[in-house]
Amino acid sequence: MAQAAIELIGINKSFGAVRANRDINLEVARGTIHGIVGENGAGKSTLMSILYGFYQADSGEIRVGGKPVSIHTSNDAIALGIGMVHQHFMLVDNFTVLENVILGAESDALLKSSITKARSELDRLEREYGLEVDPDAVIEELPVGLQQRVEILKALYRGAEILILDEPTGVLTPAEADHLFRILKQLKDQGKTIVLITHKLREIMAITDTVSVMRQGTMVATRTTKETTVGELAELMVGRRVLLRVEKGQSEAGAVKLSVKNLTVKDQRGVTMVDNVSFDVRGGEIVGIAGVAGNGQSELLEAISGIRHAVSGEVMLDGKPIDLTGKADPGELRDRGLAHVPEDRHHVGLVLAFEENENSILGYHDDERYLKGPFLDVDAIMADAKDKIEKYDIRPANPRLKTANFSGGNQQKIVLAREMEQDPGVLIVGQPTRGVDVGAIEFIHKRLIAMRDQGKAVLVVSVELDEIRSLSDRILVMFAGRVVGERGPEATEGELGLLMAGVEHQEAAE
Amino acid sequence: MDMFNAIVQVLDSTIRLSVPLLLACLAGLYSERAGIFDIGLEGKMLVGAFAGASAAAVFHSALIGLGTAILISVAFALVHGFASITHRGNQIVSGVAINFIAAGSTIILGQAWFQQGGRTPALQPGERFEAIIWPGAEAIRDVPIIGPIYAELISGHSILVYFAFAMVPFTWWVLFRTRFGLRMRAVGENPAAVDTAGISVAWLRYRALICTGILTGVAGAYLSMVQNGGFVKDMTAGKGYIALAALIFAKWKPVNAMFACLLFGFLDAASIRLQGSPLPLVGKVPAQFMQALPYVLTVILLAGFIGKAIPPRAGGVPYVKER
Repeated sequence: MAQAAIELIGINKSFGAVRANRDINLEVARGTIHGIVGENGAGKSTLMSILYGFYQADSGEIRVGGKPVSIHTSNDAIALGIGMVHQHFMLVDNFTVLENVILGAESDALLKSSITKARSELDRLEREYGLEVDPDAVIEELPVGLQQRVEILKALYRGAEILILDEPTGVLTPAEADHLFRILKQLKDQGKTIVLITHKLREIMAITDTVSVMRQGTMVATRTTKETTVGELAELMVGRRVLLRVEKGQSEAGAVKLSVKNLTVKDQRGVTMVDNVSFDVRGGEIVGIAGVAGNGQSELLEAISGIRHAVSGEVMLDGKPIDLTGKADPGELRDRGLAHVPEDRHHVGLVLAFEENENSILGYHDDERYLKGPFLDVDAIMADAKDKIEKYDIRPANPRLKTANFSGGNQQKIVLAREMEQDPGVLIVGQPTRGVDVGAIEFIHKRLIAMRDQGKAVLVVSVELDEIRSLSDRILVMFAGRVVGERGPEATEGELGLLMAGVEHQEAAE
Repeated sequence: MDMFNAIVQVLDSTIRLSVPLLLACLAGLYSERAGIFDIGLEGKMLVGAFAGASAAAVFHSALIGLGTAILISVAFALVHGFASITHRGNQIVSGVAINFIAAGSTIILGQAWFQQGGRTPALQPGERFEAIIWPGAEAIRDVPIIGPIYAELISGHSILVYFAFAMVPFTWWVLFRTRFGLRMRAVGENPAAVDTAGISVAWLRYRALICTGILTGVAGAYLSMVQNGGFVKDMTAGKGYIALAALIFAKWKPVNAMFACLLFGFLDAASIRLQGSPLPLVGKVPAQFMQALPYVLTVILLAGFIGKAIPPRAGGVPYVKER
């Protein structure tokens, strides 16, 4: 085996009562790509943050290049040649690429020499690794794929030999992800060591040399990628066998429940986000909307659910129009049988400071079931919450717990339970499993399919292509605000990826 | 010619009245660019004014007065830092608390030390900063146009006035041409980026607050040792708040800050000048109307009628490493 670039020995880390990492041992060979997989909350990010000096381990030893080291701050890590690309980019949005690259790595107190140096250095990195980016572009004007490239450049500029990437493909199109993988392979060929944290097994299989699996704060296994399978890894991750594709019967589409015609929506800046979109959703079918985040899906959902003003078009719910002037009362739509699971559960779907039981009736609090005269019927609400907790396996099973203290998957279940248990005719779901672990994903998918089988119309928007493909009876692809294609569930990932990247669309335009 | 002289005089008092605003505004700029809201500019100016006048009167030295003003003002800035950086307290509450402590303690200490009803002793020549007469100012005073402009507007101010205006290009240079400025702007926008780049967020913010303290100290010293011959209770009279309004008006940029402060200073000067005398076309304008204008203009700006004022994104939010 090649010499180890990093060795972690017996790492422990607790946050209060939560043991995020226990007795972790990890060895990453120099010049390889090493994947770390695990569900959300398995402790992957914590472990890497310890390596990067963002947190301190409670106990354990870190060796870099065979030598024991102590990493107290990110500065120590950088000095040891460790660079990290965070899941949420650590960039200053209104700075230029150059300014972001030199931040913290300036050569002296004045900026002039640093900027000159960084400019030529970026030029070199661009030639060596194909990392092209305009050094004078302002970050917020760059697409996410390029922003990520800036993060990689930042690490390389600081002389990183070991590069940690935390969930790097979450925000990328399949094409951008492929480009990223090419860059990573190139970096590997140049002798750099890469640690890739992800929960996408497909990526692990595609690019890594070795893979370690984490579960509930422990390191459960390390495998050579070639000698393992997706099934084995998934099983190791959750500790039991999971269905990666939910089984579902043929859909029996009924009458049109939700009909969208020529819908156009602009955002606050006046930019057209949804451009003349039309589609129908029938009872008993799941329609999935695929697309890279930011191509109008969010605005579409918001317009249909009455949160956002639409410029023109028509949306019919059970044959009756929805007011699109932005004055539509989401409560009224709810009464008409339209339930909405918003994309952003933290800001729109839940009040995190509320208790679970309060969130489980949020928006339905004026329903007679929960009222006793003008007051809330606390006993009924509590009973209802307990019922939902049981049905949806929400953990911990404590309706008095503050919602912020639930994990992402359980928070999502709280929202889903609330909306699904109202027995709506039409269910609109944005990112049903964003930030949700594998076990809960399976559960949520099964629930959505059960809704379909009961004859409900389900509209799902997700940036996860796998999810769209496994759930949908029909797939619509959005690009630049338009629906650029409709495919059946048998469409290949490559085909959808091209549509999502707007390739066919652009060709058609030319 | 009378009209011209009147204008020069109004502009001259505009400069005098803008100086404390400008110093406080730049002070706020350092702090807010680093992501710390500072509503306590008013209080820091007030303690600076009091400390400056007291020390100058006791030690008979303007310089010792200025030094003390800066020292005490920086100390208050550090208290704000301790509450809002180290302990991640609410920055507005901490700032308001500082204003109250300043208003109360200056009166109590002033009375206890000097027994003049909260005032400090009237400063003698040598204990105040005197006007600097530029070479040739008297000689060309009578030359039309240029004479009054040179003698009144450019010459004849105290050193602190020149300091205040010199701070404008200096602050711009610090912000956009130095490592400290780059990091300070970054920490006000995205402290996590600064943290992961291996730079201490807290230390950076403390340094920005020290800059704030120095400038509010000078602003206070200007009030009690230049504009006035001693400290009078509540002598800042809301200038710290107008400076904050000017900072928003200037969109957190140093050169804009100077123009905003000159505008607000001009409104103040004009309101004094116009007291009781009617304006052509509009008739008598109440002084209160002119005094309210800075706030009115700021509200109009915030409402989005004059461009958009986007504050530093991390402003007001204590930095906590995410779990």
